[in-house]
Amino acid sequence: MAKKLMKGCEAVAEAAIQAGCHYFFGYPITPQNDIPEYMSARLPKVGGCFLQAESEVAAINMVYGAAASGARVMTSSSSPGISLKQEGISYLAGAELPCVVVNMVRGGPGLGSIQPSQGDYFQATRGGGHGDYHPIVLAPSSVQEAVDLMQDAFDLADVYRTPVMILADGIIGQMMEPVEFHEKTSTRELPKKDWAATGWNPESGRPRAIVNSLYIEVEELQEMNDRLQARYKVIRENEARAELYNTENAEIILCAYGTVARICKSAIALCEKQGVKVGLFRPITVWPFPEKELAGAMAQDSVKKAITVEISSGQMLEDVKLTVNGKKPVEFFGKPGSYTPTAEEIAEFIMKSREA
Amino acid sequence: MQTVFKKTPILTDTVLHYCPGCGHGIVHRLVAEVIEELGVQDRTVGLVPVGCAVFGYKYFNIDTIEAAHGRAPAAATGVKRTDPNRVVFTYQGDGDLASIGAAEIVHAAHRGEKITTIFINNAIYGMTGGQMAPTTLVGQKTTTSPYGRDKDHCGSPIRVAEMLATIEGSAYIERVAVNTPANIIKAKKAIKNAFECQLAGKGFSLVEVLSNCPTNWGMSPVESMEWLEKNMIPYYPLGVKKDITKEV
Repeated sequence: MAKKLMKGCEAVAEAAIQAGCHYFFGYPITPQNDIPEYMSARLPKVGGCFLQAESEVAAINMVYGAAASGARVMTSSSSPGISLKQEGISYLAGAELPCVVVNMVRGGPGLGSIQPSQGDYFQATRGGGHGDYHPIVLAPSSVQEAVDLMQDAFDLADVYRTPVMILADGIIGQMMEPVEFHEKTSTRELPKKDWAATGWNPESGRPRAIVNSLYIEVEELQEMNDRLQARYKVIRENEARAELYNTENAEIILCAYGTVARICKSAIALCEKQGVKVGLFRPITVWPFPEKELAGAMAQDSVKKAITVEISSGQMLEDVKLTVNGKKPVEFFGKPGSYTPTAEEIAEFIMKSREA
Repeated sequence: MQTVFKKTPILTDTVLHYCPGCGHGIVHRLVAEVIEELGVQDRTVGLVPVGCAVFGYKYFNIDTIEAAHGRAPAAATGVKRTDPNRVVFTYQGDGDLASIGAAEIVHAAHRGEKITTIFINNAIYGMTGGQMAPTTLVGQKTTTSPYGRDKDHCGSPIRVAEMLATIEGSAYIERVAVNTPANIIKAKKAIKNAFECQLAGKGFSLVEVLSNCPTNWGMSPVESMEWLEKNMIPYYPLGVKKDITKEV
């Protein structure tokens, strides 16, 4: 298929439809409005349904209902709207329902800004709502990668019966890049949704469907949590993904995800010109965090330290530190809010850090 | 021996957890009987709330979904929009529907969502232990209005049926009570009308059911039925508030 120049949000929406998502419930918030707009134009043409909800809270609960009755379904928002959806995401996790939530992250806290940010790393990777749960969180660093991850996002959701979040910064959503849509099919074996509430015929042989996250007895709640934790263990073991770039025999490993990782690649080229070999560890899944890949890169004798770069006050930094576990220094470069660092600034920080 | 009454198979055999004399059991039966009579069990999905009816999924012998507090109309929207052939209803109390879920119910009605809502108004939060609801009557004592509800401090009770009847998308809205056998028969008719309105694809339908809460009202079941008659019905008048199925 030929490449098309597309805005990130629109490309994500198209990729979702091509992945078989025919239901979308959303609410306007900048910088992700192009997703609901695109869905409102396209979904009726493929026999699906787009609905603009009265709030983010309602939208995620519409997703809950659609997922509970077995549909491939998605919502999207940006940071303050994701905060509102967190209650619903917790219910989806508790009721073991698959869905995809796209977060085109903007600056915070509060109303913050409409410029890109990475300040939602914690609320994405730590569960975000109440209770012990994690959505799987995918962090694309280009429009093409966002497109490529959509099929996987829906498949992962179905296989593990869990919400999956696409954690992209506002740059990915608003930037236009050439993208290619591949003829995609699921590479995973997708389980039958025989748990879905669709209407019950007692003669059918299947048990009555009850979609629920209430387990009033301590033992029953324990059983549900044990089931979730066992699933998370499998996800940690099998689904962590990262890109290692230029890391072999590097002196310093940069750790960055999303758009910042691309800027880091330019910074790496600037350092290279000055004769300093810097590598990049870029998680593609930020939950599960690709510990093995980072630990492997950091274990090289050539590597002196890690530097984490984020548009935040240092959130992924905690996962990097947990992984490096004190074996080597971990430094941080970045600012909270919406300030996107330049390649020159990152390179300058690296060079100064070597002198320290 | 001739069978004169049989429990509907749309209710399971699970023993209800409701307090003695509570109206929920009556309303559960009425809803279940209507589903049986309409023959729609195999395409009905019920959404139960947070509140006393939170365990509704144990009692209705149909596919059920337990929704977050107040969000049942939004979740029901998701169920209905992914397959309009489904018969979808929400069963909600007054804290769930009229307080935290006010936005969801108003907008479900506003969109003309083709679902049916059974709204239990017993003027109190039951499950959490008798706190003031939006529907608590002026002067009524609850655990969070220990001196009686003061309208200057926290407003007057919301008349949900009348409010939703003003919304263009609502098709059938009626208020009933389950305090006497005569009223229970009328309540069942209203619930059936509401489901039939959905089946005909006319729009949003809701039946507000005035019910009792002997435990949190601090009354015997009989006293509570009398209190409902004397205090609730005058403020919440019974009857059809809107019915577009009758309009030509």
